[in-house]
Amino acid sequence: MNKKINKSDFKTDWSYSPAPESTDHIKIVKKNDLFINGKFMPPEKGKYFKTINPANEQKLADVAEADKSDVDKAVKAARKAYDKVWSKMDPSERGKYIYRIARLIQERAREFSVIETMDGGKPIRESRDIDIPLVSAHFFYYAGWADKLSYAFPGKQAKPIGVAGQIIPWNFPLLMAAWKLAPALATGNTVVLKPAETTPLTAMKLAEIIQEADLPPGVVNIINGDGKTGRAIVEHEDINKIAFTGSTDVGKMIMKSVAGTGKKYTLELGGKAANIIFEDAAIDQAVEGIIDGIFFNQGHVCCAGSRLFVQESVADTVISKLKDRMESLIVGDPLDKNTDIGAINSKMQLEKIKMYVDIGQKEGGSVHQSSCGLPEKGYWHAPTLFTDVSQSHRIVQEEIFGPVLAIQTFRTVDEVIAKANNTPFGLSGGVWTDKGSKIFQVSKSIRAGVLWANTFNKFDPTSPFGGYKESGMGREGGLEGLMPYVNLV
Amino acid sequence: METFIHRIDQVGAQERVSRLFSRSIKKESKIDALNTVLSMIDLTTLEGKDSPGKVKQLCYKAAHLHDQFPNLPSVAAICVYPTMVPIAKKALENTNINVASVATAFPAGMTSLEYKLEEVKRVVVDGADEVDMVISRGKFLRGEYNYVSDEISLVKEACGQAHLKVILETGELVTLDNVRLASDLAMEAGADFIKTSTGKVSPAATPPVVLIMLEAIRDYYKKTGKKIGMKPAGGISKAKLAIQYLVMIKETLGQDWLDADLFRFGASSLANDVLMQIVKQSTGVYQSANYFSID
Repeated sequence: MNKKINKSDFKTDWSYSPAPESTDHIKIVKKNDLFINGKFMPPEKGKYFKTINPANEQKLADVAEADKSDVDKAVKAARKAYDKVWSKMDPSERGKYIYRIARLIQERAREFSVIETMDGGKPIRESRDIDIPLVSAHFFYYAGWADKLSYAFPGKQAKPIGVAGQIIPWNFPLLMAAWKLAPALATGNTVVLKPAETTPLTAMKLAEIIQEADLPPGVVNIINGDGKTGRAIVEHEDINKIAFTGSTDVGKMIMKSVAGTGKKYTLELGGKAANIIFEDAAIDQAVEGIIDGIFFNQGHVCCAGSRLFVQESVADTVISKLKDRMESLIVGDPLDKNTDIGAINSKMQLEKIKMYVDIGQKEGGSVHQSSCGLPEKGYWHAPTLFTDVSQSHRIVQEEIFGPVLAIQTFRTVDEVIAKANNTPFGLSGGVWTDKGSKIFQVSKSIRAGVLWANTFNKFDPTSPFGGYKESGMGREGGLEGLMPYVNLV
Repeated sequence: METFIHRIDQVGAQERVSRLFSRSIKKESKIDALNTVLSMIDLTTLEGKDSPGKVKQLCYKAAHLHDQFPNLPSVAAICVYPTMVPIAKKALENTNINVASVATAFPAGMTSLEYKLEEVKRVVVDGADEVDMVISRGKFLRGEYNYVSDEISLVKEACGQAHLKVILETGELVTLDNVRLASDLAMEAGADFIKTSTGKVSPAATPPVVLIMLEAIRDYYKKTGKKIGMKPAGGISKAKLAIQYLVMIKETLGQDWLDADLFRFGASSLANDVLMQIVKQSTGVYQSANYFSID
């Protein structure tokens, strides 16, 4: 340049100032009771446990722990509401209640987002833009089905099943509650819902909304507790249907427990999805898809694209771009609007992730982590990827449920299909190519419930979701999501 | 060229843009950004009715953006038509503001190569520090890539010491695949900067186009170690959008490109909106547009 341009004295390292979402408008109930028969009531044994903010380990609230007698109380309330009110109600009236819940959630979306982020550690960008909008979308969608079941199942009558016991995970707390509640209510069932013990707060807020919506007492009962409470629900003899989302191990226990009881069940379990990048893919957009596939919600996603397969000719390029992109991910305060990756949900989960990273290294994998600093307090894990691994490595075989990606390369279409299917799981997968025919060829050959093409981790209430093999059985979402909650006569 | 073709997925590109543009830029980071944007502006007037008087006024404004606020940077350059180069050169004599001239039969480029090269040599002799050329879109769309590439190389040669910005006129290339290909081609042929648009065709600089061009620059840098500059032009009149582009640069190319040597905004009215925001950051209230000179 002929002249030196006047650049004044700006900082050469432009960084974003903190942009925290305000928490002033949030009221967190300090002592959360059980929500049974439309009322908040203390647990029989008077036991409470605390729930913390995983980003700073500060206690947020106490939550009532339900034991067997509380579960029994909740099931009795649900049974009574089922027999006397909900199953007999005109379906269009049921629909109105569900619409009302959807609207109330929309109105209070900001409040739900902030609490979801505080209790679970996920970035506010995700709870605000993804989780909570999907929650109300699910209620809206199934509210619409309530009086149209005869169109969903032509020539048949869809009868409700009875009382559903629903046990949900901590990765998408309110969204999983919506996935479970909305179809159950629309089809005329009543519910006993148990949120995960690390993330009970948005479900308790939902209980407030259910009260506000004036839902008949007992139609929805929300009780908290750990695995023991879950077991009491699964084993309760007056429950007709179990819906569970969580680990494959617990899923297997549930199957054993309900075998021979006549209880219906749906299970949405683990995954180890193959995300496949072909050499003719749009590489920069595929890199975004890889990032979204594995680092969305800190990798606490059952359908995460945790096994990456890259075609050999573009592998160096993709991996180098991926490492660059990882550097631009902002890890930190989940309430900051610019945060991409928040806190790991719990100490236990963080230890599990670290254990797998150790195993990966011991087994000879090459590890790479983004150079981001991590906050001192709270539970954090840097975005991580492994190369030099194979289908025989444990980090390729087992679900880590954290921000850890295992990368392998491949040469032919047949090879990558075989490897993609070489897993006990079958929940999701991704295909990246500019060639339409290849999308069809590959996606129909992979045994998984959801296959994304040139995108990843996209959800919509109209689209069924669920697994093959050890990833579960039954579908949630869409018309198919009604099936587990009806008897067709 | 690259060992493989760069394909672009439009939906994915748009999603990435939305994600980048959702960054929240507040407080000090906003003030820094506003100042940086000012320093990156190529203050532009490209109209058939431009007069020497108007160009002189623009040049004064370039060096005196808002004298009520000392310590503001000046803009990077003034961008004018060839006949205005001597006037701008003289008006900016005692400043460190560059003179950029459009050339090569701007904006359509529909003339012979000889005339284009003659025009480029003339504006450089007249004092242009930077030359903004247009590519032959007709040839590009016909697939005559070698012609387009050779033309850029010859213009670059004719520029001598002056910096060459190559305008792709992405509104006429239509697809992002074309934008990527034209970017690669221009850089290989010797562009110092690649630039989106003339401002005479709609759409001008769109966020997905800018993203794809920045990604092309990044890949070229990785391959060759050469840092090519970027200039979106046309339709960028608001400070907010300009800051969003800074976010895009930072997260695509990194800190090095947050610099007027490697990034410019081609704009006529952006400066005043940025000034208005700077005053607002300092006083807490928006002043009327009448307080900002319109030269």
